[in-house]
Amino acid sequence: MRVLRAVARRPLGALCLGWLVLLVLACVAADWLAPYPPLGQDLAAVYSGPTGAHWLGTDQLGRDVLSRVLHGGRTSLLVVGLALVVHTVLGVLLGLVAGYRRGLLDRVLNRVNDLLLSAPAVVILLVVLAVFPHDEAAAMVTLGVLSSAGLARVVRASAIRVRDEPFVAAATVAGLGPARVLARHVLPAVAGPVVSLVSLVAGSALLVEASLGFLGLGVQPPEPSWGGLILDASQAIYRQPWLLVPTGGVVALTAVACALLGDVVRAATDDRVTGEQLSWRRMRTRVVPAAREPSERDAVLSVRGLTVRLADGTVVVDGVGFDVAAGQALGLVGESGCGKTMAVSGVLRLLPPGATVSATALSFAGQDLLGLSERAMGGVRGSGIGYIGQDPVAGLDPLFTVGDQLAETVRRHTRANRRITQARVVELLRAVHLPDPAAVMAKYPHELSGGMAQRVSIARALAGEPRLLIADEPTTALDVTVQAEVLDLLRELRDRTGMALVLVTHDWGVVADTCDTAVVMYAGQVVESTDVEQVFAAPRHPYTEALLAANPTAAEPKTRLPVLPGAVPPPGQWPTGCRFAPRCAFATDDCPSGPVESTSDETGVVFRCLHPRNPVGARR
Amino acid sequence: MIRLVGGRLLWSLPLLLVLSALTFVLAWLTPGDAARTILGTNTDPVAYAQVRAQLGLDRPLVEQYWHWLTGLVRGDLGTSLFTAQPVTDIVQDRVAVTLSLLGLSALVIAVIGAAIGLFGAVRGGFVGRVVDGVSVLGMSVPAPWLGLLLVVVFAVNLAVFPVTGYVPFGEAPDQWALSLVLPVVCLSVGGIAVIARQVRGAMADVLGRPYIRALRANGMSTRSVVFRHAAKNAALPVVNVFGVVLIGLLGGSIVVEQLFALPGLGQLTVTATAQHDLPVLEGVVLCFTVLVVVVNLLTDLVSGRLTPRTVTS
Repeated sequence: MRVLRAVARRPLGALCLGWLVLLVLACVAADWLAPYPPLGQDLAAVYSGPTGAHWLGTDQLGRDVLSRVLHGGRTSLLVVGLALVVHTVLGVLLGLVAGYRRGLLDRVLNRVNDLLLSAPAVVILLVVLAVFPHDEAAAMVTLGVLSSAGLARVVRASAIRVRDEPFVAAATVAGLGPARVLARHVLPAVAGPVVSLVSLVAGSALLVEASLGFLGLGVQPPEPSWGGLILDASQAIYRQPWLLVPTGGVVALTAVACALLGDVVRAATDDRVTGEQLSWRRMRTRVVPAAREPSERDAVLSVRGLTVRLADGTVVVDGVGFDVAAGQALGLVGESGCGKTMAVSGVLRLLPPGATVSATALSFAGQDLLGLSERAMGGVRGSGIGYIGQDPVAGLDPLFTVGDQLAETVRRHTRANRRITQARVVELLRAVHLPDPAAVMAKYPHELSGGMAQRVSIARALAGEPRLLIADEPTTALDVTVQAEVLDLLRELRDRTGMALVLVTHDWGVVADTCDTAVVMYAGQVVESTDVEQVFAAPRHPYTEALLAANPTAAEPKTRLPVLPGAVPPPGQWPTGCRFAPRCAFATDDCPSGPVESTSDETGVVFRCLHPRNPVGARR
Repeated sequence: MIRLVGGRLLWSLPLLLVLSALTFVLAWLTPGDAARTILGTNTDPVAYAQVRAQLGLDRPLVEQYWHWLTGLVRGDLGTSLFTAQPVTDIVQDRVAVTLSLLGLSALVIAVIGAAIGLFGAVRGGFVGRVVDGVSVLGMSVPAPWLGLLLVVVFAVNLAVFPVTGYVPFGEAPDQWALSLVLPVVCLSVGGIAVIARQVRGAMADVLGRPYIRALRANGMSTRSVVFRHAAKNAALPVVNVFGVVLIGLLGGSIVVEQLFALPGLGQLTVTATAQHDLPVLEGVVLCFTVLVVVVNLLTDLVSGRLTPRTVTS
């Protein structure tokens, strides 16, 4: 019922459902609705096209086509319904049992399903019809059995997924028997996929029925069936081609309604299906024009007023600005959900589909990035700005070897020949301290450890000799010892190549070891930016202070680790005044009243707070 | 590789046994038999017993099946109950027609289906919705009806292609090609729709993966990201569906051959079905089963090639 309501709420779903319901009702009521008896001949009006007396025309014996379509539908829809009942009952039962009980039974059923799925259905149906001539019911029951394998597979997968859910385990522990667990918890969860697939199967069963009828193997004439009507029409393609329109049209329309209904059900019940399917064009990050301001000339990357909106219009980055100079490392710090990743993705135009970026200034090495086309921006990525992501293994294409992927990147940036490319790949792998480059090159990504994969990612990011490397939480997914090695490597590479580094992190230890300046973000805004010694010695913003205090690596032994109460408000629910005020220990009545602007103190620290901590005069 | 092929072939034996045994058992269950069909109105019990003995129908079912199986090993599929021709000869004459039809359709489906799916995955938006809509239409149109529409438009009204009939390749290649255009189109439309839909869906899935973002971040071109990396990753699920589509074509070929009067295996199936000619029907089922096995084997080999070797183990 829940599925039905969800479908009926969507216009397309309601339309398809409406057509199917009307059609079934009309066929059921054919005795009363049909203007003529289905076998009533009128030899005076043979092959009349559509007329006032015969809305859909007449056939070779002057029988009314509309009446025959309605009566034929009764036969055809009935046998299709029979196939669906067999299909659903068998598929759901086998799938539930296999998925819930597992073990030997599951393996046997799996094998049988494999066999059924690889069997040529129509050929088997013909064998059945050879034995039971013109018995469409037998054929359609067979079709139901054959196609139940696919449904069983879907149900099994869903049942396994649901079975491992905590609430099902809890129900089992609470003493509910398997039958009741299945009926109460598992069945509702598989309803969506089942209805969706059954709807698709209904469409194809209808087409099979039409084919059998057309082959003359279906219901014996003169009884009408939809397939038989197409066969009748095929014998009149010279005299009255019109006959093709209503006979095949009703089958096609009904099959379309079933197929669309299946899609609608899937979209309505599967939360993995959200809105529009992803396309390459939608992945382009659109740049929205904004008022401009000058950028910092000496910086490699200079950002002002960077704002990112998601596809639904939510602002996730709100007017962020920072500068990185050549050879410098900048740490972008903050809790998860503060917009750090979105900010650097906005710079690179690698935002989620449908998101947009705007900025008052965005320049890289003196070049205005906002004016660049997507193509030109592709030229900046990799060769101007390198990027390494959070999950190193997932960042590598699983179907290509490390060597292939690195070589392709090198060729892209240098257009060198094969030999030089290979030499350069080896050189890059050496530069990231991977012993035995040849062995690494032959490996696929899943054969690499996290640390090795991150080194490969770094090597790939260096292939274009970028002037700036953006590393987005490069060590989060790695073991502690490997973390330190990767950070050492990044520092070493920066010192050797003189490239600038932007490090997105929530780890103050990383900032202390690696960075020259720190930019602290909270709820989409920069709340403090300063150099690293300053931030550890005398943080000005209460958020920075609280974040530093909650840092486990710097905590005093045998004391309680202070924690930051509350959580970052999600985008779209940011307070109008100071966004940190609700969690701030020093907030006063004026904090929530209006937006807080950035101010800078005598030492050049920029912060966004009405009651800053550690005033300059009071420091030790 | 050899183990994969060997395993697949071994696994296909049960399919063959099950299908052929099923055919036998079903035939045995029916009240009438071929002897009655041959004799027609002649109800003389002596003649009936004679014909039955002649055809071997009086022997127990298991014995008949064993006889057929041992014959199969020797390459003998028995003779047709009606024409008395060896089944192997009948099948041989027709297999080329069906293979041309299936091969060409498979090619058309793969190329056009992939092209449409990729186009939809790249462009998205309005174009993507049009592709989706056309796919649903293509999947839902009844094959015999589509064939008749093609005949009315292109063969009767425009007279571009022959209405029906088949010209062997050896006789006149150009006529052969012309005679196959409408059948191939009719047989391919459903498959094209399914493959286009699958390609679009698989591409949408792959394009959202982190490695695609990483490739973009490294400045790789659209050609490399979409058509090299994304397409190869999307191919894996599509290949398996393609196998299922090809098996579905076997059923479709029966309708199409009947409609366009192509003397292939499909047409033979329909005739044998209508006449209860069990040996011929067994022979055709055997042919179709072998085709299914070959398709499954190819599907496995291709998906094996697409997956890095170490993943398969």
